[in-house]
Amino acid sequence: MTIAAEKISPVPAEPLVRARNVHKSFGSNEVLKGIDLDVMPGEVVVILGPSGSGKSTFLRCINHLEAIDRGSIVVADEQIGYELRNGRLHKLSDRAIAVQRRKIGMVFQQFNLYPHMTALENIIEAPVGVHKQNRREAQAYAMELLSRIGLTEKAHAYPRQLSGGQQQRVAIARALAIKPKLMLFDEPTSALDPELVGEVLATMRDLADQGLTMIVVTHEIGFAREAADRVVFMDGGVVVEQGRPEVVLSNPSHPRTRLFLSRFIQRG
Amino acid sequence: MTERTISPSMDLRDVANAHQPIEWGRWLLWAFVLVVAANFAWIVAWNPNFGWPIVAEWFTAESILKGLSVTLGLTVVAMIIGTAIGLMLAIARMSNDTLFSSLAGLFIWFFRGTPLLVQLIFWYNLSTLFPQISIAVPFGPTLVSWNTNDLITPMTAAIAGLSLNEAAYMAEIIRGGLLSVDKGQVEATDAFGMTRGRALRRIIIPQAMRSIIPPTGNQLISMIKATSLVSVIAMADLLYSVQAVYNRTFEVIPMLMVAVIWYLVITSILNVGQGFIERYYARGERGATDVRANVRMEEPA
Ligand SMILES: Nc1ncnc2c1ncn2[C@@H]1O[C@H](COP(=O)(O)OP(=O)(O)OP(=O)(O)O)[C@@H](O)[C@H]1O
Ligand SMILES: [Mg+2]
Repeated sequence: MTIAAEKISPVPAEPLVRARNVHKSFGSNEVLKGIDLDVMPGEVVVILGPSGSGKSTFLRCINHLEAIDRGSIVVADEQIGYELRNGRLHKLSDRAIAVQRRKIGMVFQQFNLYPHMTALENIIEAPVGVHKQNRREAQAYAMELLSRIGLTEKAHAYPRQLSGGQQQRVAIARALAIKPKLMLFDEPTSALDPELVGEVLATMRDLADQGLTMIVVTHEIGFAREAADRVVFMDGGVVVEQGRPEVVLSNPSHPRTRLFLSRFIQRG
Repeated sequence: MTERTISPSMDLRDVANAHQPIEWGRWLLWAFVLVVAANFAWIVAWNPNFGWPIVAEWFTAESILKGLSVTLGLTVVAMIIGTAIGLMLAIARMSNDTLFSSLAGLFIWFFRGTPLLVQLIFWYNLSTLFPQISIAVPFGPTLVSWNTNDLITPMTAAIAGLSLNEAAYMAEIIRGGLLSVDKGQVEATDAFGMTRGRALRRIIIPQAMRSIIPPTGNQLISMIKATSLVSVIAMADLLYSVQAVYNRTFEVIPMLMVAVIWYLVITSILNVGQGFIERYYARGERGATDVRANVRMEEPA
């Protein structure tokens, strides 16, 4: 990994995310066993894989919600959690890590909206409080985001007064409000009733069309097929297979991918 | 019965037009309880042993009001300092840093584990234990030094004793509140790159308040009564003031009634206040009444 070389070459086709040999253990349980993954700007990467394969853990390592044990993760030319100074790697302070996270948006399976704030307040909390934007401008942008997801009239509703699908769309708007360079989605539709999944996926597909860089962990094969530029199949803490969705989903080369997909298709 | 089965018209079945059955049993019970209560009030009011004219005479006497203000002042100051220190203790106790969490644990263990009365007496007599209080380099030179007797007056001893004791209890109440907040909330604040302090202030504490307030109300009310302990270190609080009067006049019961009524008045005011605060922090809960309440609360802001 040569950080110096990266800085010199101003070639636009440089990965936004560059994960190398990422290892992560919880106690004696090694969950990630050397993940290598590059994500180009504007690319939509969907991560598939069986339960417990380490998909969420990997996603959480990208914004340092979990610290990795070995390897490196670089997002937008900054190594997450560390800093190269005088030829040595130094661990960053909590505050510096917080600053690094501010360019990465995250959407959670359980939405994690702030229940004591209205939808609008949820969306402007980080822009105003963390990014020190002018409140009026932040509100205007929040309303624009709300109208894009079709929830203008819910601006002053509290999360508990919204349906699951509406909550998740507000959560997506909240993550977009900080104008992130990268969006992470961890099973954004898994907590939703089946009839509400579609509206959230439609919102995500719009974002993909607008050229946002996205890493999406999901079990929605349909979304992967239609919106992904690349599908990454993870199993047992390693990337087993990756490629164009039409290739990986229709004609997987690895037996474990084939097994996983066949179970999925059987299930419905 | 028969009428309903004969006419199955859907209009008749509209529940909006249904008759409420009169609940005779409940009304009877209400009437009975009210009569008993009125009778008891009558008996107490006309019982000469309560000495109501004396109660009325002393209720707003200067010495009593002075005592009342000492009680209220001590309560407010001790509660504010106690809550502030309690919040820091709670955060320290929950931190991953073993040094901070064990120091906080030690503090809580000591101040909850010893009687408040003893703590007050210790603070008051601090000068006999440490005649000088100094800020110094450990095992090194002294920087500043005070005479303990100049620092410790009955007032400072009372404030120190009450607030440090309160801090220990508040620390556990606040810690319980912080623990009650969903872990996903902390994760969201982390993911958005909020600093610890901001996350606590804006996201975590407001949600923790719902479970912090009811036990804090308890603490406040016990604190009002606990202030009466400061009479042992010669602070003239409400109870001490009425005692001073009945030690002269021997009108024990009427004077105690003066104190009791004042304590109840304060407690009632606090209960009303607590109700408002609880409704404020319940905003965002599902349910029409809560929504209306919070609209009202937010307008003046
Ligand atoms: N904080 C943690 N402490 C200990 N073990 C953990 C922790 N988080 C995850 N694990 C373990 O790591 C493994 C991978 O978990 P992870 O959540 O990354 O899987 P996943 O691929 O997202 O699965 P799913 O599809 O069920 O969400 C699991 O065995 C899990 O028990
Ligand atoms: Mg997961």
